[in-house]
Amino acid sequence: MTTVAAPYAGTALDRVDGPEKVTGRARYAYEHAPDDLAYAVVVQSTIARGEVRAVDADSVLQLPGIIATIWHENAPRVAPIEDAELTVLQSPRVAYRGQVVAVVVAETIESATEAARLLRVDYQVEPHDVELRADHPGMYRPDHVNPDYATDSELGDPEAALGYAPVVVDATYSTPAQHHNPIEPHATVALWDADGLTLYDSTQSASAVRATIAPLFGLPQERVRVVSPYVGGGFGSKGAPHAQVVLAALAAKQVGRPVKLAATRRQMFAVTGYRTPTVQRVRLGADEDGRLSAIVHEAFEQTATVKEFAEQTTVVTRMMYAAPHRRTSHRLVRLDVPVPTWMRAPGETPGMFALESAMDELAVACGIDPVELRVRNEPTVDPERGLPFSSRNLVACLREGAARFGWAGRDPEPGVRRRGRMLIGTGVASSTYPVYRLPSEATARAEPGGGFTVRIAAADIGTGARTVLTQIAADALGVPPAQVRMEVGDSALPRASVAGGSSGTASWGTAVVRACEALTDALHRRAGDVPPGGLEASVDTAEELRAQRPFSRHAYGAQFAEVGVDVDTGEVRVLRLLGAFAAGRIINPKTARSQFIGGMTMGLSMALFEESVMDVEFGDYLNRDLAQYHVAACADVRDVDAFWIEEEDPDLNPMGSKGIGEIGIVGTAAAVANAVHHATGLRVRDLPIRLDRLIGRAV
Amino acid sequence: MRPFAYERAADARSAVAARAAGAADGAGAVYLGGGTNLVDLMRLGVVSPGVLVDVTRLPSDGVEETAGGGLLIGAAMRNSDLAAHPLVRRRYPMLTQAVVAGASGQIRNMATVGGNLLQRTRCSYFQDVTKPCNKRAPGSGCPARNGDHRNLAVIGQSEACVATHPSDMAVPLAALGAVVHIEGPGGARQVPMPGLHRLPGDTPERDTVLEPGDLITAVELPPLPFAARSRYRKVRDRASFAFAVVSVAAALDVEDGMVKDCRIALGGVAHIPWRAERAESALRGSPATEAAFAQAAAEELAQATPLPHNAFKVPLARNVVVRTLLDLVEAS
Repeated sequence: MTTVAAPYAGTALDRVDGPEKVTGRARYAYEHAPDDLAYAVVVQSTIARGEVRAVDADSVLQLPGIIATIWHENAPRVAPIEDAELTVLQSPRVAYRGQVVAVVVAETIESATEAARLLRVDYQVEPHDVELRADHPGMYRPDHVNPDYATDSELGDPEAALGYAPVVVDATYSTPAQHHNPIEPHATVALWDADGLTLYDSTQSASAVRATIAPLFGLPQERVRVVSPYVGGGFGSKGAPHAQVVLAALAAKQVGRPVKLAATRRQMFAVTGYRTPTVQRVRLGADEDGRLSAIVHEAFEQTATVKEFAEQTTVVTRMMYAAPHRRTSHRLVRLDVPVPTWMRAPGETPGMFALESAMDELAVACGIDPVELRVRNEPTVDPERGLPFSSRNLVACLREGAARFGWAGRDPEPGVRRRGRMLIGTGVASSTYPVYRLPSEATARAEPGGGFTVRIAAADIGTGARTVLTQIAADALGVPPAQVRMEVGDSALPRASVAGGSSGTASWGTAVVRACEALTDALHRRAGDVPPGGLEASVDTAEELRAQRPFSRHAYGAQFAEVGVDVDTGEVRVLRLLGAFAAGRIINPKTARSQFIGGMTMGLSMALFEESVMDVEFGDYLNRDLAQYHVAACADVRDVDAFWIEEEDPDLNPMGSKGIGEIGIVGTAAAVANAVHHATGLRVRDLPIRLDRLIGRAV
Repeated sequence: MRPFAYERAADARSAVAARAAGAADGAGAVYLGGGTNLVDLMRLGVVSPGVLVDVTRLPSDGVEETAGGGLLIGAAMRNSDLAAHPLVRRRYPMLTQAVVAGASGQIRNMATVGGNLLQRTRCSYFQDVTKPCNKRAPGSGCPARNGDHRNLAVIGQSEACVATHPSDMAVPLAALGAVVHIEGPGGARQVPMPGLHRLPGDTPERDTVLEPGDLITAVELPPLPFAARSRYRKVRDRASFAFAVVSVAAALDVEDGMVKDCRIALGGVAHIPWRAERAESALRGSPATEAAFAQAAAEELAQATPLPHNAFKVPLARNVVVRTLLDLVEAS
């Protein structure tokens, strides 16, 4: 594979949609207002398990402005697809507290809200079970873990190797449930007409929403159109459609008018996904020099009864470090809880908190510098798959990061550095994220009046995808970016993969490059002459992707943290974070930097704050707003910086790029936790690192 | 939709009259300050008043000096303006520090002094109308006792309620013994802090001693020269925009190494801003040393009755009291 010459890739092009966004001209899903619009508000179950017996629909229909109350007895039927999260209002079963049991449609949002508040729903209540425990008797082995990894893996004889190992770390870590909380809540405007169904939706994949929703309503795909040009963040929660999309379409069908429906912030804590809590046991066996002989990583997680989602928490351990004896596993329990889903590097994020904390514990146990320990366990090939790495610059990230952070000469002794009333410590953790590339289609078009239009149903969820694809297209066409008009965010455009798995630029970029190359060829054949109707070329990358050579493809990084822990209060403040990354060619240093430091900020937030608290008695997550679910505030984010290492990898894609959307969060929490240990001598194995996890101990 | 009437009062008398009229209609009338808490509670369905009497345009929105060196703060004064006022900053620095430690700049720009005192607990059960809460629905029960109470009360709570008062501003006001001026249907009266707020007992639905229709018109800060060296320390789960886990407002008058006088109040630990009277009396006349501070804090906190998930607040409060007093000694 050859990479194209790239005069614009690598430059800090300003966001091409910046002016639209800052002037308010960019219209988000909720801002679409077709004529004759009605408003829908959902009613959520107030029990965690049981059945809806009756809904007193008539009494609210008497209220002014109410058009319809829809529940399982009168809802339009949908096809019984496998994804039961989406077959809403089809049965009386209640599978978790907060599940939608009815929808009220009204002339105004205020009327609908009030009617939803007043609607009486009678339940038959059953006892619920919402508590994740590693020893839960309902633990089972899922068939596979997200997206399609083997549930377990084993090489050699890890138990025996642990028995022989001179140094063993055996520790259990936990991470809490976490909610994505994009700033734009999930919203859908649904409109039925003679052509079929149009959805203005906030999604990470217009193509996927169309492909999922069409069969639900018995429609061919071409009769569903999903329009989603601007999205205010997703973090995985908009990666697949959730109930609100179906509810909006159902309601619009029922009332024969366009319907607008948005989840409120509080509703989002039940109906738009979250990250499962995890309990993870990590065992490391090593010799006195820190060379690993055994790695065992076992994860225990929850899923919903409605739908299985198996977070791939220990998959990352299969490729991270060399060791002859190894095992990873995942066990799930089905609880009466909302449906978990992808969230900010699913798998790697919780998994690397545990693995990288355990590596720090091993460094302490062996008396070896934690940077050195990681370097010492660097594999030459993918340790479980046996494949060569297309490129792997973890060691360079660790070394260069350490140099820039000022790691050299670090005194490993914990709990001895004071600055005023603060104990100071530093920590390091590795970071990684797989390189995914998914089939996509694109069309490039030479316009008769000059300039080019490139179309693909990609999603710019705030990442800068529209801008980066413009750069990629400009290079492929050999023209300045100003001559390229990029159209994304509409299922009527050529089908594209999801903005997820940090795969967008690689997947869509490949399609864009190939479409532009095909167009360039076509233009060449016409000696540059553009016909009056314009000239188009379309491609599908499925075949190219099938033909790609087998490699272990991952991006890598190293996270360095300095923390201060107040000796009186246990308050932890992250004084400095530095991320070093090796992620192929960086196409736009400006948007890339935002991606890296944004991910690191989320990692800081995960380390210290984010926690969805399960109310065991009632069965819901109870801190359902941003005053109670803490994300990092500006004052928490003091000095966060990232840089990257030049990396040439010809076995990736035409751009030579790796995904950068999620790697920033991976390992960050472990770096912070390791720094807290260095500062205080206290090992916090349960996130978040709240002050009460320190105050009662040595501080 | 849920309709409500909105009226804007020009002065305290007409505000009280407007509220009484609304109440007489059976609609339920409440005063509206900055709305930074009330409007949220209306959206949540926790309260649904029929009439909002806007008291933010009342003339009492500034700071006046009183005879003897105190200050009279208008109840309609915005929190940001209070914190920034030069006399407040000079004479009562812990009050400025407390106000700016609360909420965000935008919220402080809206919130009023009177409204800040009367904000409701942020207990998640209180805010969720689908669950029991004795404060919101008397007699329905308190799930927090066995549920999530990590950030709830450790002193003075009852079987019926373990809520905390969320205000930062109220903590130094309690330490100062600020006097709350009230205009009510029965005339004007004054209540000294911390007596405005009440412990939950069997009637947690009542946060304060205010009677229906009472309007806070001003808060009077008594002269207290040694409060010019005072401090507010807030411990919180993130560096800004979070309610106190524990906070301390303290002023210390030290002469020749001995504590001549002191004022201490705690936030985040009780249903009221908690005046640490036991600690204060233990300290008056004692040496200004870490040991004495620790002893005083221990005496105050001996009455704590924490729940399983908030027991950490007791050593935390002790540490913060001691550290704040030591900081004041070191600064003097």
